[in-house]
Amino acid sequence: MTDEDRVFKALADSTRRFLLDLLFVRDGRTLTELESELAMTRFGVMKHLRVLEAAGLVVAVRSGREKLHYLNPVPIRLIHDRWIDKYTEGRVSALANLKKHLEKKHDDEK
Amino acid sequence: MNVYRVHIQATPQAVWEAITNPGWIEKYGYHARAEYDLRAGGKYQAFATAQMAQHGGPNVIIDGEVLEADPPRKLIQTWRVLWDPELKAEGFTRLTWEIEEGLSGITSLTVTHEVGDAPRTAAITSGEIKQAGGGWSFILSDLKTLLETGKAMSASAA
Repeated sequence: MTDEDRVFKALADSTRRFLLDLLFVRDGRTLTELESELAMTRFGVMKHLRVLEAAGLVVAVRSGREKLHYLNPVPIRLIHDRWIDKYTEGRVSALANLKKHLEKKHDDEK
Repeated sequence: MNVYRVHIQATPQAVWEAITNPGWIEKYGYHARAEYDLRAGGKYQAFATAQMAQHGGPNVIIDGEVLEADPPRKLIQTWRVLWDPELKAEGFTRLTWEIEEGLSGITSLTVTHEVGDAPRTAAITSGEIKQAGGGWSFILSDLKTLLETGKAMSASAA
């Protein structure tokens, strides 16, 4: 599985997206804190966090005896740069070309 | 505290060079040249690009101090934005760069930015403010592209 596959797989689950949303609002939370927001066993939450960690979307940082979970936005940025920018930029340049084309036509008609 | 991690197909030494060597730093992200005096107490300064200078503002856009330099594994520094009075007033934040060698030529770079007392600095570096251009996520994504392909994604835009 590639890094990108892991990110898409991790995002293809509503519980994991909910966990990411929780961390987006405030990260650096412990498993216990995250667990209290979900109607799910501790083990279930742990499993989801592991998938998010494997995808690099969550980074666990040790702080004394606790493990704090941080949201890592870089994998989403990489997907944005690889997949989204490509198409939006394409559209922008297509529009720019159309504008140029129309302007040129307009000039020719003068 | 904000945490950013990226996995790069490159050696730890190459990643270290890319984040500390002025010639490399200006090749990706915002293309601002930066200089480090890589020893505890050494100076760190990032300079305005020609484009930034056209908009006015200071020549030194970010400053700080090296707290610990352990090539090619760890760099701890302070980091303060100077181009805006309100950002400058938030003072120095702490920035830690950690480089770890992984399996099959993959190196991980983790950037930890302690911005708990600097909400405005947090907003521009986390990408929350769109006009600031993406912050650390953008910089690290571009750094990965540069090291893996030889060409930064931002190169065509700059």
